[in-house]
Amino acid sequence: MLMGIKRLFAFLTLATIAPGVLAQETAQNAEEGAARWGVNMTQGVTEVSRTTYDLHMLIFWICVAIGVVVFGVMFYSMWRHRKSKGYEAAQFHESTLVELAWTIVPTLILIGMAIPATKTLYDIYDTKEADLDIMITGYQWKWKYDYMGSDVSFFSNLSTPQSQINNQQPKAANYLLEVDEPLVVPINKKIRFLITANDVIHAWWVPDLAVKKDAIPGFVNESWTRIEEPGIYRGQCAELCGKDHGFMPIVVKAVPEDEYHSWLSDRAAAAARIKELTNKTFTFDELYARGEEIYKSACVACHQAKGEGIPGTFPAIAGSAIATGPMDAHMSMVVDGSPSNPAMQAFGAQLSEVDLAAVITYQRSAFGNNMGDTVQPIDVLNFKNK
Amino acid sequence: MAHGPKPGFTRWLYTTNHKDIGSMYLWFSFAMFLLGGCMALVIRAELFQPGLQIVQPGFFNQMTTMHGLIMVFGAVMPAFVGLANWMVPMMIGAPDMALPRMNNWSFWILPFAFAMLVSTLFMEGGAPDFGWTFYAPLSTEYAPPSVTFFIFAVHIMGASSIMGAINIVATILNMRAPGMTLMKMPLFVWTWLITAYLLIAVMPVLAGVVTMMLMDIHFGTSFFSAAGGGDPVLFQHVFWFFGHPEVYIMILPAFGIVSAIIPTFARKPLFGYSSMVYATASIAFLSFIVWAHHMFTVGMPIAGELFFMYATMLIAVPTGVKVFNWVTTMFRGSMTFETPMLFSIAFVILFTIGGFSGLMLAIAPADFQYHDTYFVVAHFHYVLVPGAIFSITAGVYYWLPKWTGNMYNESMGKVHFWLAFVGLNVTFFPMHFVGLAGMPRRIPDYALQFADFNQIASVGAFLFGAAQILFLFNVIRTVRGGKKATDEVWENPEGLEWSVPSPAPYHTFSTPPVVR
Repeated sequence: MLMGIKRLFAFLTLATIAPGVLAQETAQNAEEGAARWGVNMTQGVTEVSRTTYDLHMLIFWICVAIGVVVFGVMFYSMWRHRKSKGYEAAQFHESTLVELAWTIVPTLILIGMAIPATKTLYDIYDTKEADLDIMITGYQWKWKYDYMGSDVSFFSNLSTPQSQINNQQPKAANYLLEVDEPLVVPINKKIRFLITANDVIHAWWVPDLAVKKDAIPGFVNESWTRIEEPGIYRGQCAELCGKDHGFMPIVVKAVPEDEYHSWLSDRAAAAARIKELTNKTFTFDELYARGEEIYKSACVACHQAKGEGIPGTFPAIAGSAIATGPMDAHMSMVVDGSPSNPAMQAFGAQLSEVDLAAVITYQRSAFGNNMGDTVQPIDVLNFKNK
Repeated sequence: MAHGPKPGFTRWLYTTNHKDIGSMYLWFSFAMFLLGGCMALVIRAELFQPGLQIVQPGFFNQMTTMHGLIMVFGAVMPAFVGLANWMVPMMIGAPDMALPRMNNWSFWILPFAFAMLVSTLFMEGGAPDFGWTFYAPLSTEYAPPSVTFFIFAVHIMGASSIMGAINIVATILNMRAPGMTLMKMPLFVWTWLITAYLLIAVMPVLAGVVTMMLMDIHFGTSFFSAAGGGDPVLFQHVFWFFGHPEVYIMILPAFGIVSAIIPTFARKPLFGYSSMVYATASIAFLSFIVWAHHMFTVGMPIAGELFFMYATMLIAVPTGVKVFNWVTTMFRGSMTFETPMLFSIAFVILFTIGGFSGLMLAIAPADFQYHDTYFVVAHFHYVLVPGAIFSITAGVYYWLPKWTGNMYNESMGKVHFWLAFVGLNVTFFPMHFVGLAGMPRRIPDYALQFADFNQIASVGAFLFGAAQILFLFNVIRTVRGGKKATDEVWENPEGLEWSVPSPAPYHTFSTPPVVR
């Protein structure tokens, strides 16, 4: 039994001392993106995240205190009241007074916990009077951000290369927590998130903001944050959403307000430039090269690197009837999605005409399909408007 | 009278004997425990290091899903039904279960349900991959074709559980020996009576929710699809209305087992018998009004959040009463530490730790940070592994001499305990840390800062798994022979089961015993 006692004390000590001592270390390491032994909840960078942390620690310490008393009595009994020491068993049982005490005292402790928890919950639920609205849409397996009231809208994909995931290359510091395009937001502004999903349920979670809200197809959830420090804050999808649930991170880049505004206008201008490209005619090689990049971010998760798909789950593109058949049917599949398989999304609203033309051209000639034909952005636009 | 079992295989196929059926339930559940455990080891092996090593993400999801389903429906629930079959008639002085033919049927449909469930692993598109909680629309519109087999398997398991529960209720209410009033029943009988009512109440709800899925998938309804006027969150409400009582179904009988073992080895009566009964009933009642604490992040109105938060916190009160009772029973006893006692003490300590994290999870604003992380995985494994699994193990060691007439090997039992105890804590304690540090659950690969604790957890899991082989070995050895057990087995244990010879004859209490 002695071993058991020691073991438990070791755990209790680790559990009680660790959060306090290591909290600083965690915060420090998190910045470097490689906290090797993170043991506690982050304090975060918002008022809500700090309140949540305090609440968490308050309840933790209450539990520790109760644990010390309960386990203390147990271990004392196990040590003293054993038959091998010749201890005679007492035969007492039933005591209304004791029973009442251990019903009423815990109830009072619970009320003590419920009061600050209720207050914090009211704060978290107050989504009124935001300075900025951002629509967040979960897709299998990426996030889309729409800045309400502006033309800026983009997808944010995992940017960790497959070679790192498959252990062919050393893993970078922010392995699996890096994206091609982060969500850029201003600091010290109340940002309201409108959260929904396109296919299955996802959950948008950034620990440093203490925001976690389910993204539910057909419904819009609300949440909010006010970030106090500029920085990069990383999170992940928190609700099982299919095969690549572990591969749809979130990166929030908080910047000073003026920087945010110049980023927003740059981003709007870039979107306009892409739109203009719709009227341009591209060569096969230009489309093929651009298409390869798009394929890697938009298609590869299901259809795989060589277009081979996953038998029984995701159809192959290599040698498929659609990619080697009439152009209209191919465009229809990519632009409108599959009428029979919801996993094949409608990419018409997700990609620009240029990118759609490029990726279709790529799919028709890559993976041994060898069609050699091209489709121009304007054709895609006309197809969409048909 | 006094006819023994039939020889050969038909004994097991046609048997209506509660002891035979109890044994079959226990062996079946142990087989499922090993199968579900192997799946857990696949998960832990993949998570040993960052990066994808041994399985692909799609298969990983199939493993987490099947591990959960098999452990809940195949290992824990049938094990408790097996213990109830063996012990409830012997504890209340009844000759057998009230409905013996139904008893046979409720066992024999289980192997078919699980054969069908496991066969999905070999189907095109793979096994169910949407988590044991199978949230729509991932489990409907986006599910692999094998989901239909999963639905049918769940229906069969549900039918089996409902029949088992009705049988237990009928037995307890009608077949008690003269003088065995309700408030004289052993706590294992009480907790099972209450559990059986929970099962009868919620298994039809589970059947309902999978039927709604079936309709959505094959018959064009849209219960869970917003595009057709349905609501994906409705699925979660219905599922957890089943799911929360379900977790108490997996723990209440455990309370009963531990309440039998601790007084025996403390040589002191249970401190508060009646308050234990009332606490069990309160927990059962509360289990029906807390389901949405699994759904704090779905965007419920604040009134809903507050109601479910307060109701959930209240569970701590009757649960506390139970823990305090066990501790007070031990206090000033004259304790010895045989294997069943070791498992029971570990149950009290580790279940309490799981209870603490449960209390933390009840606090809605803090839950926004904990929800769907490894903190939750740590929490429910702390209540289920030391809770359900340890108590079942304790019960098996405690009653095995009565079942077989032989004593198990005590030293091997103790080694099993210490390996399991260390393995369990090494596996699940670090999960608290990675969860708080931000690791979501159900991911096949993770960021580098979670690597060290995951590695430790994986080592612990293999240790815990290996320990179970020792358990199997010990049980088989005891069944085959060993030191003969006395009729009482332990020192002055309480209960009618100890008044019959060891091993218990094929038919016991053909004449009702006298209960003082």
